[in-house]
Amino acid sequence: MENLINIFVRSIFIDNMIFAYFLGMCSYLAVSKTVKTSVGLGIAVIFVLGITVPVNYLIENYLLKEGALTWLSPGFADVDLSFLTFIVFIAVIASMVQLVEMIVEKFTPALYNSLGIFLPLIAVNCAILGGSLFMQEREYHNLAEATVFGLGSGVGWFLAIVGIAAIREKIRYSNVPAPLRGLGITFIITGLMGIAFMSFMGIKL
Amino acid sequence: MKSDRESLFSARNMKLLTNPLNDENPITVQVLGICSALAITVKLEPSIVMAISVIAVLSIANVIISLLRKMIPPRIRIIVQLVVIASLVILVDQILKAFAYEVSKQLSVFVGLIITNCIIMGRLEAFAMGNRPWPAFLDGVGNAAGYGLILVIVGFFRELLGSGEVFGYPVLEKIGLYRIGYEDNGLMILPPMALIIVGIIIWVQRAKNTKLIEEN
Repeated sequence: MENLINIFVRSIFIDNMIFAYFLGMCSYLAVSKTVKTSVGLGIAVIFVLGITVPVNYLIENYLLKEGALTWLSPGFADVDLSFLTFIVFIAVIASMVQLVEMIVEKFTPALYNSLGIFLPLIAVNCAILGGSLFMQEREYHNLAEATVFGLGSGVGWFLAIVGIAAIREKIRYSNVPAPLRGLGITFIITGLMGIAFMSFMGIKL
Repeated sequence: MKSDRESLFSARNMKLLTNPLNDENPITVQVLGICSALAITVKLEPSIVMAISVIAVLSIANVIISLLRKMIPPRIRIIVQLVVIASLVILVDQILKAFAYEVSKQLSVFVGLIITNCIIMGRLEAFAMGNRPWPAFLDGVGNAAGYGLILVIVGFFRELLGSGEVFGYPVLEKIGLYRIGYEDNGLMILPPMALIIVGIIIWVQRAKNTKLIEEN
């Protein structure tokens, strides 16, 4: 249990998707103009990361890894399908996003309406594929760890996009140098927020 | 059929190649592909490898999609595009692992993330789906080069100011800056500085090129 909390807090603050790895920057910059829309996108990202990371964990460990197919028959012990990782992961993500979209539409139309166009956009959000690839690289030991990592990364992304949206709403009233307006100042603010988040580094849990 | 007689390097085609370097730069103007761009610019070498990989993937994917553009049913085009990109990225990844293992280790997950690089999807969707293969190829090379240009600039400054080297060669030490009390700026190696450098590049570019300035 302690281990799970540790992974959760790490993935939110220390290994934050945006401030430490710049994943999902495209939608982060494009959608962060108002707090309301960024909350919607943030929730959608938490949702999809929390589902795709464990699914990809199962696929990685029972299909793709070297020797992962031994549960079928011992003859497959030296089959290594790991070169298929990218194409399988992206296919899983694209279909999961589609599935999630249909489920949400059927059971909670209110949430579906508020997420709107953001759900399909998430399929090409780097944070989602990045979550699965980091899960593969860091070799988590069981399904629970992978799920917690996925959820934590999503929450970290959510915090980051809501934070920058709030700052951007306020900065509209400030006198920013003309060439820096819009994109430029957003980059610099994100950099400064990243430096602030680095103070979490070195925290041992 | 007039375009058939248009020469391969006509002014219009060359514009496809040079526009993305400045006026329509993918990173600083179109805001595409920042995701996988910034984490690998700590040193110059991985930045250049990344730039070359993206040029290869984008130009080939653009040509393939442009050849297939009349056959792809519009409803499933995203899946088709993803499959084409993912296969090309697997090729690049295997080649890097075979011939440049060290760099491939440094790039880690970011080679795989070329798949979700918004530049690639964006250009396939916006250009390759509606144009002939040769302009699509030029557009691909141009956009990827515009992206690579920013990567190389950021990588150069971060390596020079952060560790005092260029391509691993200790330039500042040879000039003798350390003897008069110069210190490397350790902050440059950390991730947030990449964002601030891109912010400064945008500032400089828009100060020169005033038509890019945004309203609010």
